[in-house]
Amino acid sequence: MNQRILVFVKQVPDTQNISGDAMTPEGTVNRAALPAIFNPEDLNALELALQLKERYGAEVIVATMGMPAAAEVLRQSLYRGADRAVLITDRALAGADTLATSYTLSCCVKALGKIDLVLCGRQAIDGDTAQVGPQIAEKLKYPQLCYVEEVRELSADSITVRRAIEGGYEVLSSPLPALLTVVDANEPRPMNAKRIMKYKRAATKSELAKKFPETADAEAEKLLAQNLLIDERNAASIGAEPDRIGFPGSPTKVKQVMSVVLTAGEVKQIAPTEEGISLLIHELISDHTLG
Amino acid sequence: MSQTRGNVWVFVEQEAGVVANVSLELISKARELADRLQVKVEAVLLGNDVAKVAPQLFAYGCDKVLLAEDPRLEPFTVMPFARVIMKLILERHPNILLFGATLKGRELAPRVASEKRAGLTADCTDLQIDDFEDKKNGKSYTDKLMQIRPAFGGNIIATIVNTWDDPQMVTVRPGVMKLGTPDFDRQGEIERIPVELDAAETVVKVIERVRADKEVDLQGAQIIVAGGYGVGSKANFQLIRDLAAALGGEVGASRAAVDAGWISHDYQIGQTGVTVRPRLYIACGISGAIQHRAGMADSKKIIAINTDAGAPIFSCADYGIVGDLNTVIPAMIKAFKAKH
Repeated sequence: MNQRILVFVKQVPDTQNISGDAMTPEGTVNRAALPAIFNPEDLNALELALQLKERYGAEVIVATMGMPAAAEVLRQSLYRGADRAVLITDRALAGADTLATSYTLSCCVKALGKIDLVLCGRQAIDGDTAQVGPQIAEKLKYPQLCYVEEVRELSADSITVRRAIEGGYEVLSSPLPALLTVVDANEPRPMNAKRIMKYKRAATKSELAKKFPETADAEAEKLLAQNLLIDERNAASIGAEPDRIGFPGSPTKVKQVMSVVLTAGEVKQIAPTEEGISLLIHELISDHTLG
Repeated sequence: MSQTRGNVWVFVEQEAGVVANVSLELISKARELADRLQVKVEAVLLGNDVAKVAPQLFAYGCDKVLLAEDPRLEPFTVMPFARVIMKLILERHPNILLFGATLKGRELAPRVASEKRAGLTADCTDLQIDDFEDKKNGKSYTDKLMQIRPAFGGNIIATIVNTWDDPQMVTVRPGVMKLGTPDFDRQGEIERIPVELDAAETVVKVIERVRADKEVDLQGAQIIVAGGYGVGSKANFQLIRDLAAALGGEVGASRAAVDAGWISHDYQIGQTGVTVRPRLYIACGISGAIQHRAGMADSKKIIAINTDAGAPIFSCADYGIVGDLNTVIPAMIKAFKAKH
């Protein structure tokens, strides 16, 4: 069985450490101002794909849509065990909401030929929407299996998974092709030292153009021969219609963005003594907070 | 005068004929939005043998239930639900469509929005009606739904507007919209919707389903005593339980305490847990990361106990106790018992 598994990953700003000047006036994110990391649940999706490859034999393709710098998460995927990588990058994709993003990624799936299984992390930590996975599935008319914890069985034409539901779990079976969104239920493997040695030179054409302004094409030929060229595509080359991508393809607009500030309101300091605590309890009983 | 605008719809989530709290919260909110827009509130209720919950939906402010009953709609699978809802949208053009931001809502709403090519905003914490001027495109819109949500790990609050054709679709976090007071004399209409599904929409089979009710109902709790990483150990969590028991409250936890394995995820409060707004919230050994505060900052009164005077939890607290919870908690129990 040699199935083709496509994993969508995303480079995200580390949302734990945000400074005020990381936002543009339009309310979108200035990603350059933040450290960029591999979206955590996408690592779980990649891990699941690599486990399937080990169990059943499969080709694991990793793809991302993002700025040229997002090639870094593709390299990190190669270091972990992915077989090939695709970067979709185009200025026309800027400002995409989840509808435009899922459309673009569904075009990528179609452009890659026969795909048996599409895997995504449940959600990305910059938006936390969890919408892109189901929307890609709908665009492709694939069944969607969300919140997958483990794959019980994969066959040539079907898959059985265990997935989370409110208050428990469910075992679902679906024909292939199908799309899975994966939750934080496995331990992503670390990067492999041998693979780092092999793939650290992997690069996209844009990266080569920057690094070797004169000889980029020749360098690309060399990398291609060694299977180290990251497949870089733009909107046109995956067949995406201009009015369905980026800002024009996005129905939702950001009206306003406000930073959450620590409202240092009136905090009444209570001494950590028996007396202080007794007074506090008395106050809470008096105002009926405690009954 | 005939109504020019579509109605406000709520997708009603039910499990074994029990309506999810969030659906009742959304009907309460939908009533408010519909009154402002002078339209009706309609509930979209799917399942098998679920008509019996309709009176409850009317009681919270729903005018009409669009009822689709079919054995293939139980248990929930996403594609048949999406098909039924999509057909209804195309026939009736609702103005607004609300889903709970539950596991079901968060996989169903995007499937529907994608097919309709409608905007969808996830995990809203507030909804308002207002006008919107899209300066970039030189267009203005009246009476649009302001879809307010935290983003970027809770570090910003964004107001999103859907500028395309209706419906304006959102998922809304459970526990944030106020539940209205039910009026069980309130009447409404039930309209039965035929269920037509293609074979391709029923290919996903549920082989096994295991679920239990949650161990705890934090959203209904009036007093919550929550422990964080500062509690120190699983054994020491007993202190949190003791204080909760003494005060007649429930136990809660921060993500750090859940991740440490001291207590189950059912008790987790915050962005990846439940949102609560009790009368009293006592945060013990919780530093107060923004993701935690997102789930409890609307509590009526907050007491924070922490050894670190600089912990962010103090910024949202009404009472701050800088001290060791191992001595403070027993003192609180003692003081409370003495006054009672």
